[in-house]
Amino acid sequence: MSTHKPLPRWVDIALMPALNVALAFVVGGLAVAAVGEDPFRAMQVLIFGAFGYGEGWGFTLHFATSFVFTGLAVAVAYHAGLFNIGGEGQAYVAGLGAIMVALWLDQTHWVFVLVGSTFAAMTFGAIWAMIPGYLQAKRGSHIVITTIMFNFIASAFMSYMLAQVITRPGANAETETIAETGRLPLMSDFLPVFTFSPLNITFFIGILSLIFVYVLIWHTKLGYQIRTLGANPEAARYAGISAVAIIIIVMAISGALAGLMAVNEAVGVQKRLGVGYVQGFGFVGIAVAFMGRAHPIGIALAALLFGALYQGGQELAFVMPSVSSDLVVVIQALVILFTGAMSEMFKPVLLRLFNRASGEPETVGD
Amino acid sequence: MIEKPEDIARQPQQAAGQKLEGQGAQGSELAIDLRGVSKAFGPVQANKNIFMSVKRNSIHGIVGENGAGKSTLMSILYGFYHADAGEIFVNGAKVQIKDSSHALELGIGMVHQHFMLVDNFTVLENIILGAEGGFLLAKSLKAARDEMERLAKDYGLEVDPDALVEDLSVGQQQRVEILKALYRGAEVLIMDEPTGVLTPTEADHLFKIFEQLRAQGKTIILITHKLREIMAITDSVSVMRRGEIVTTLETSKTSPDNLAELMVGRRVEMDAQKTRGNPAKKVLEVKNLSMTDELGVPRVKNVSFDVRAGEIVGIAGVAGNGQSQLLEVISGMDEPLLGEIWINGSRVEFEGSRTAAHVRHLGLAHVPEDRLKTGLVAQFEEWENSILGYSEEPKYGPGQILSLRAAREEADRRIEKFDIRPPNCRLKTANFSGGNQQKIVLAREMDRELDILVVGQPTRGVDIGAIEFIHKQIVAMRDAGKAVLLVSVELDEIRALSDRVLVMFDGKIVTELSPDASEREFGLSMAGVDPHEDADTDTSGANPDLKEGAQ
Repeated sequence: MSTHKPLPRWVDIALMPALNVALAFVVGGLAVAAVGEDPFRAMQVLIFGAFGYGEGWGFTLHFATSFVFTGLAVAVAYHAGLFNIGGEGQAYVAGLGAIMVALWLDQTHWVFVLVGSTFAAMTFGAIWAMIPGYLQAKRGSHIVITTIMFNFIASAFMSYMLAQVITRPGANAETETIAETGRLPLMSDFLPVFTFSPLNITFFIGILSLIFVYVLIWHTKLGYQIRTLGANPEAARYAGISAVAIIIIVMAISGALAGLMAVNEAVGVQKRLGVGYVQGFGFVGIAVAFMGRAHPIGIALAALLFGALYQGGQELAFVMPSVSSDLVVVIQALVILFTGAMSEMFKPVLLRLFNRASGEPETVGD
Repeated sequence: MIEKPEDIARQPQQAAGQKLEGQGAQGSELAIDLRGVSKAFGPVQANKNIFMSVKRNSIHGIVGENGAGKSTLMSILYGFYHADAGEIFVNGAKVQIKDSSHALELGIGMVHQHFMLVDNFTVLENIILGAEGGFLLAKSLKAARDEMERLAKDYGLEVDPDALVEDLSVGQQQRVEILKALYRGAEVLIMDEPTGVLTPTEADHLFKIFEQLRAQGKTIILITHKLREIMAITDSVSVMRRGEIVTTLETSKTSPDNLAELMVGRRVEMDAQKTRGNPAKKVLEVKNLSMTDELGVPRVKNVSFDVRAGEIVGIAGVAGNGQSQLLEVISGMDEPLLGEIWINGSRVEFEGSRTAAHVRHLGLAHVPEDRLKTGLVAQFEEWENSILGYSEEPKYGPGQILSLRAAREEADRRIEKFDIRPPNCRLKTANFSGGNQQKIVLAREMDRELDILVVGQPTRGVDIGAIEFIHKQIVAMRDAGKAVLLVSVELDEIRALSDRVLVMFDGKIVTELSPDASEREFGLSMAGVDPHEDADTDTSGANPDLKEGAQ
C-alpha cells in the first residue's frame, strides 16, 4: 500500500527530520527525568551551551566542520550506490599523513602546514578508501563488509604506528606536537567573540567541500555518471560508463573528504595525533548524510545539529553533574537512532495524513 | 451493455453486506460494476467518470493506448489505489476495496504483466505463499496439492507442482500465477497484458484456458494492446482513451479497424507506408559472431550478416533465441566469445564497459529492448535521460563541466520534435507514460549524427498512436540513408518495416526471407526449419553465406 501520492518535498526534507529529532529529545528527556533532573532545564542548558554564547558557537561549528567532512564522504559514495561505512578508518589513517606533513613543515609557516597537511590527509584517506573500492569494482567484495573491516585494520595499524613508529619518546602512543610557527590560526584570532573555542581555519575548507560536492554531483559530467551508476547500473552499462572506474574514483573522493577531518581535529586543535582521535565522528557522518538526504545543504544543517548536540552535551554534563557524560552519549545516540536508523518511521503516518488532507476519500474501514 | 448513469436504478440491493460467500446470492448478473469512478494523480486525471460493467461468466476486454488509464482502473479494482470518487459494485454489492487482500476476499484476482513469483521456490510453495495457513507447512501443502490437481483437471492448467519456478517456461509461470489467484478463490481474474511474453503457441493455450475458465463460471477481464486477441476471445470490450471509457461494445459487433479508430480517436494506418529501401554500402558487418552468457550457455552461434546504408534489416524470431544477446554485443554492452563486428569499416575493439561509448562514437545508436531497465534512469528528470550515453560530448559543456542549460535546451527541442508529453523536461521520467518514455529514448538516439540505428522491440508496451509515429521515424531514418537493424518479436512489425528479414532460432540465423514471404515460410523458420532446404526443389541456389550461418 505504498502507492499513495508522494509526500510534499518540504515534509520529506524538513518536517520528518524535525519530528525525529523531537522524538529523540522526548525519549532523552525521559532518561534525564529518570536520573532525577528536570528535562526542560536540561534542554535549556543544552541549547544555551551550543548557541548561547560565542565560545559555545565556536565549539558547535568546530564539531560541525568535522561532521561535514564525514557526512559528505558518505553522501558522495551514496550517490554512486555505494555505502561507505569506512569514514572512521579513512579519517584515522588520513591523520597519519596530515600529522607527518605538519610535523615536517611546522618550522616554516602555517600556510604550508595547512596546504601540505590538507593534501596529505586527502591522499591518505583516498588511498585507504580506494582499496575497498578496488575490491568492490574488480572482485565484487561488498563495500559495506570491506569498509567495516578496514576500520578495524586502520585502528590496529594506527595503534602500531603511534606506539612504535612515529611516537614521541616517553609519551603513551602519540606523536610530537606541532611547533608554534606551524599551528593553524584559530578563528578567535580574527573574531574575538569565539574566545577559547577550537574553531579554526579548516572551517572554510568545510564550506569549500560543501560547494565542491554540490558542483561535482549536479554540475559535472563525472557527477552525472556517478548518479547514473547509483540509480541504474544497467543504464550505466548501456551508456558505456565504466563502473570500475567510477567506483574507484568515487571511493577516492569519499575517502579524501573523510580524511579532511584530520586537518580540523588533529592538526587544527590537538596539534598532535593520538590513539583513537576520530572518536566515532566517522560513524556519525552516516547519520549526518542520511538526515541531510545526501545533499550538501541538508548535510550542512545536519552537521550543525550534531555539532550543537556534541557541544551542548558537554555543557550539560558540566552544569548538571547528575547527567553524566555517558547519559549525554545516550541522548546523542538517540538522535542518531531516530534520525538515521529510523528516519522513515513517521512516513506511513504522514502519508496517510497528507493523503487524507488532500481530499482522498476515507477508504479505511468498511 | 453500454452503461449509463441511469443503470444505477437497476440495483436496489446495494446496501447488502460486503462479504460475498456464494456469489450469485445477490442475484446480480454483473460481476463488476463501476459507476463514476475517478482518480487523479496531482494534475493528471488518470480515470475520469468511468462507468463499466462486466457480466458474470464472460470475458471482457479493455483496450486503450498507453496512458489511457487501463492499469490505473484495474489497480483501483484490485485495491492498489483508492478512487477519488465513484462507486464499485462487486456482484451487486457496493464495496470499498481497501487493499489487494480485500480484493481477493471479494473474489477478485489479478495476474500482473510481470510475474510475482519466487524463482527458487517450487510451484506448490509459490501457490501457498501468503496463504500458508498454520505454523507448519505440511498441511497447507497437502491441501494445495489436492486443489492443484482439481484445478488442473477442471481448467487444463497443468503444471508440475514440484518443479522450481525458475525451471519453468514463461507460459508455465503464467499458469502458476493464474493457479495462485484461483487457489485464493478468485471468481474474477484480471489479466494484464498476458500474451506480451508468450510465444504464439503458448498464447493459444492460454486462450483455451480462458475458455475453460469461462465455461466453469469464472469472469475474466483482459487488458491488452492486441486487437486480434480482443476479437478472438472476448465477449465484450471497453475502449479507453485519455482516462475515459469511450465506449463498450459487444465484440461480435465490431472490427479491429473500428476498435483501433476508437482507441486513438482517428483512423490509423496499421501498416507503415511501405516503400522499398535503397541499399548502398555496407556500414555494419557482423562476422562469425558467437557469445555465451554469464553461465557459459552459448546464446549466439556463429552469426554473420551485414546491414547496408539505406535499408532496414529485421531480425525475427520467438523471444529468447539469442536476439537480445546479439543486440547487446553489437551495441558494445557485452563482449563476444568469437567473431568480429565492423562499423563503417573499422573493427570494434572490445575493451570492457567503455565499449558501448566507443561504439556510439563510431556512429551506432542503440534503442535498447527494455527502456526502463536499460535505456532510462527512471528517477532522473527527462533532460538527464536525454544525454544518457552522450554526456561526455563537448556540446554539453567544456571538459568536465555539465552545462544544464545546453542539455535542457536540447531536451526541450526534442520534446517538441518528437511530441513527448507532457512537454516538461524537468519532470521525473518515471512520471511519463510508456509510449512517451519510449519517445524519450528514440529522440535521444535518433536526433544526432549517426550511421547505424540498432532498435530492439521499438514498440513493446507502446500504444497504437505512438507505434505509428515510431514506425514512421524508423522508416524516415532509412530514407535518410541510415542503416537500420530492427529486432522485434512482433512479426507484423518486422514484416511491415523490413527490407530483408533474418530469422533467428537457437542462437543461429536460420534463413533470410523477404518480408513478403508466406506465413508458412516464417512459421517454419521461426521453429528452426529452413524452408528453402525443407522444400524439394529450388534450394540449390541458396545463398552459401546463409547456409554457413545456419549450420
